[in-house]
Amino acid sequence: MNILNIKKEFPIFNKKVHNNDLVYLDSANSSQKPKSVIDRVNEFYSKEFSNIGRSVHYLAVAATNLYENTRSSMQKYINAKDKNEIVFTKGATEAINLVANTFGQKFLKEGDEILITELEHHSNYVPWHFLRKSKGIKIEFAEVNDDGEVTIESINKKITSKTKLIAITHLSNVTGAILPIKEITELAHSKNIAVLVDGCQGAPHLKLDMQDLDCDFYAISCHKMYGPTGLGVLYAKKKWLEELPPYQGGGGMIKEVKKDEISYGDLPNKYEAGTMATAQVIAFDQSIKFLEKIGINNVIQHEKELINYGQEILKKNNSVKLIGNPKKRGAVLSFSIEGIHPHDIATILDEDGVAIRAGHHCCQILHEKLGITATARASLGIYNTKEDLDQLNSSINKCKKIFNLK
Amino acid sequence: MNIKELYQEIILEHGKNPRNLRKTDNFNKDAKGYNPLCGDKVHIYLKLNEKKKVEDVSFEGSGCAISMASASIMTDLVKGKEENEVKEIVSDFLGMIKENPELRSKNLKEDEKTKLMCLSGVKQYPMRVKCATLSWHTLVSAIDNTQEEINTERLD
Repeated sequence: MNILNIKKEFPIFNKKVHNNDLVYLDSANSSQKPKSVIDRVNEFYSKEFSNIGRSVHYLAVAATNLYENTRSSMQKYINAKDKNEIVFTKGATEAINLVANTFGQKFLKEGDEILITELEHHSNYVPWHFLRKSKGIKIEFAEVNDDGEVTIESINKKITSKTKLIAITHLSNVTGAILPIKEITELAHSKNIAVLVDGCQGAPHLKLDMQDLDCDFYAISCHKMYGPTGLGVLYAKKKWLEELPPYQGGGGMIKEVKKDEISYGDLPNKYEAGTMATAQVIAFDQSIKFLEKIGINNVIQHEKELINYGQEILKKNNSVKLIGNPKKRGAVLSFSIEGIHPHDIATILDEDGVAIRAGHHCCQILHEKLGITATARASLGIYNTKEDLDQLNSSINKCKKIFNLK
Repeated sequence: MNIKELYQEIILEHGKNPRNLRKTDNFNKDAKGYNPLCGDKVHIYLKLNEKKKVEDVSFEGSGCAISMASASIMTDLVKGKEENEVKEIVSDFLGMIKENPELRSKNLKEDEKTKLMCLSGVKQYPMRVKCATLSWHTLVSAIDNTQEEINTERLD
């Protein structure tokens, strides 16, 4: 696989930032888009646009088919058993809110426990907090260890007879730790506990096999997967989607509406109320094709080489401290520099065209645990190269020089 | 814009060794500020005498070089000034950071203006303006005794 050719598929890399080549190391935040995805949005609006699922005219039928094609592609990509286990949402955040809301309504009562971890992004904590406020459920946190991992043992320690659902990240957006989802699911299911996986960071970087992972819910953010913004996917086992109540009410999700009674549509319509992000869904099919063309094993191999290389050079750099040291690390390198605040690092790196993120990365619980308010984070995508990491390192050296550090 | 114009020596020096980074004994006014975007926090303590003159001012908190330097320079500068003068200086400073090319306050001496203008580089970095202004907004909140935490996301 020639990585330079892959970079060429992303028009953004023609852009200069402060007269420098763009070194984009913020893919955990959002990935860049290949030309095929961008063009597909344009083409759909130019030649094929219609709303879907309602009208019988030519354009409506064609657009509906395209929309449903993406659902089938996604089913195959993540090896879901059934096409109707794929629900489109406005993002992974909405996917998690959908589960928290409907699962909470139907199955949770005061005193029940949801088990999350100290690694979780706010989007996999706040929706459960709503239930804490409205229903009096309890939220337990599985502890993160010194390496920035959450182990199966630390999960097991927090499971009680009241635990109803475990909501857990697949890949930490701060420490990069990859969690043993399959083992966690096995453990949870042996105790009759459902599992929701926040797959925002997992989906772009790991092999996804829902039948193998066996989780009950898996939330995906399409814009982190080389796809359009405003789109997410909720994978949920069919039995849950059939059993849980609808999330939002509106057009498209109903079967029959009378003054005194309403019946809801079949799957997947039941969870897709209102006009969906049609163009985004249709363009997202190109993102899946893009990833399939490269092959997920090649993605994993390439990113593993980059991570190893990145860890190696940053570990050699005095005063740079990597956050977390997980045995299995995904495409994230968070770090701090003694004596320089992450926001200053990010501003100085930006001058060289190096885009990283600084802050708490929506993980304040974890940062509190680490005893810091912010970290700097370089996160990788398929288009990154070792040269990008060399540039990161040399721009870090520039920071140190400006701040008179050795 | 060169990054060195933002990170001038004086900023780096104040950022590294902030003045008045402590808690004033017997303070009679205080306020907290918070920047939810980066999690930075500042707590300003003020001691005004009976003539409403700033007898002492100090701050606690942590943050980037820009925010620490800004709080450090600010606290140094307002000491000994009257409450109303301080408020006028704050509004002049915020005006400069926002749009004015220079400082206009009659309550600032030339060398004080020069020192403050070292922070003007931040104008070129819209995402960092809040780092520079948090402590200033918080100082006004302390003077006005609003009892409300300053939140940079709720400011203009």
